[in-house]
Amino acid sequence: MTARIEPPVSPVSKPFWDASRDQRFVLPWSTASGKAMWYPREVDPQAPDAAIEWREASGDGVVYAASVHHRPGPGRDEADGPYVVALIELAEGVRMMSNVVGCEPYDVAVGMPVRLVWEPLSDGRHLPQFTPA
Amino acid sequence: MTERTLRGAAAIVGVADIASPTGQLDQRGRALEVAMIRAALDDAGLTLDDVDGVCHAGSPTALAEFLGIQPRYVDGTVVGGSSYELHVEHAAAAIAAGLCEVVVSVYASTPRSDRRRPGGGTFGGGGPGGGRPMGPNPAVEWEIPFGLRMPMGAYALAASRHMAVYGTTAEQLAQIAVDTRAWATMNPNARFQEPITIQDVLDSPMIASPLHLLDCCLVTDGAGAFVMTSAERARDLGRPPVYVLGAATAGSHQMISQMPDLATTAGAVSGPAALRMAGVKTNDVDLLMGYDSFTITALLHLEDLGFCGKGEGGAFVEDGKLGPGGGPLAMNTNGGGLSYTHPGMYGMFLLVEAARQLRGEAGQRQIPRHDVAVAHGSGGVLSTMGTVVLGTEATL
Repeated sequence: MTARIEPPVSPVSKPFWDASRDQRFVLPWSTASGKAMWYPREVDPQAPDAAIEWREASGDGVVYAASVHHRPGPGRDEADGPYVVALIELAEGVRMMSNVVGCEPYDVAVGMPVRLVWEPLSDGRHLPQFTPA
Repeated sequence: MTERTLRGAAAIVGVADIASPTGQLDQRGRALEVAMIRAALDDAGLTLDDVDGVCHAGSPTALAEFLGIQPRYVDGTVVGGSSYELHVEHAAAAIAAGLCEVVVSVYASTPRSDRRRPGGGTFGGGGPGGGRPMGPNPAVEWEIPFGLRMPMGAYALAASRHMAVYGTTAEQLAQIAVDTRAWATMNPNARFQEPITIQDVLDSPMIASPLHLLDCCLVTDGAGAFVMTSAERARDLGRPPVYVLGAATAGSHQMISQMPDLATTAGAVSGPAALRMAGVKTNDVDLLMGYDSFTITALLHLEDLGFCGKGEGGAFVEDGKLGPGGGPLAMNTNGGGLSYTHPGMYGMFLLVEAARQLRGEAGQRQIPRHDVAVAHGSGGVLSTMGTVVLGTEATL
């Protein structure tokens, strides 16, 4: 059994992972542009003095692209079977990589509405996953 | 020795630096780099929006991604302490040549205060590749935990998007593998020389949908080299010169999850720019050596360089016109990364085959009309595109 690779906690993303302990989904927003940012950055490069604010997000999104992985990637096991790696366009206007779970892999289609579900990590944090809405 | 032509072509117009008597700074990593870039741009009376070239002795594409800009010039030259002098030299040449207009180079390093921070000299924490001197590696946090298989997973996502938006089919992608293999039957050094069919491609194991095994490039040993000199000297040498008629770079991201549009590469910028510089139209091109890490990669090049319209790549390739005995445009006549060789950084082989074809030395696979060739390389995961237009003496 291949051990899942759990994401490290960087100083930049600590608020995300802290919130995930309570299964709260937060995104970083630039107070200068008024837009969500993804991935989390130390600063908004367009306004490095502006504060970054972590705000609750809806967890709603749409599949932008998806691939059923038959040959496993890092931290995955062939015995677990094919799984879906997808890019999810969130309602807040940013796109993040994740997995789509809770359905047959080939039922996942570009344009499909999805919603957030949490997968527990070993240290009390949770990994964001998506499932058909 | 020809006279240098860079004199007066470019100037340093803004500078910034920072240091402290304590030997330590509060900021570090990307935040420190951004502070320096902003200060130098302020000094010059320019903004980040003016910047179209990025030099960084590490990863200029990762820096550009962080900055949220899409450069048409990147220089990752890293030779130690003199790296930044080289950046100036290269940038001057690039600006003189019209590749870009505003170039930034930045350096930030905080070894003294890093020693006193928990976790030592990197920041980003544990896990493979989790720490790096310049800050956390976002891919380790935001791609790898989802099991993205690299590199094919990234290309599979692009292919899935292209199929969904434009109706491109697995059969159309497979046709690229079939035609490329047909060329490989005429290359005695190709890894695979037996013809294949569309059905063979579709029947090969699915790796990362929608890409099958035969949609993917090889993993082989390989090596190559080229020598360049001035046009003047080239005419005195033994071989027919292959002139660089045009060249351009364009980058759009580092991680596939940050690619602005997964169905359009930065080749849509670099391709037309290189062709424009060369004074060449796509229907003047006899040979496209288009980096085929995967079938989808080659299809995207055909669209983005303008050989067909956006979204029309599938229909463009499906009659097999890019293979031997096809239409006026040939593609990947050496058998490509799909069937000839792919040692990892295959771009060298694009140039070697283009030169051989233009010299008329390609043997059994020689194309009949061979005046203009395009070598189009793709770096990263559809991240950084480099287009080179090559031509014979007749095209000057």
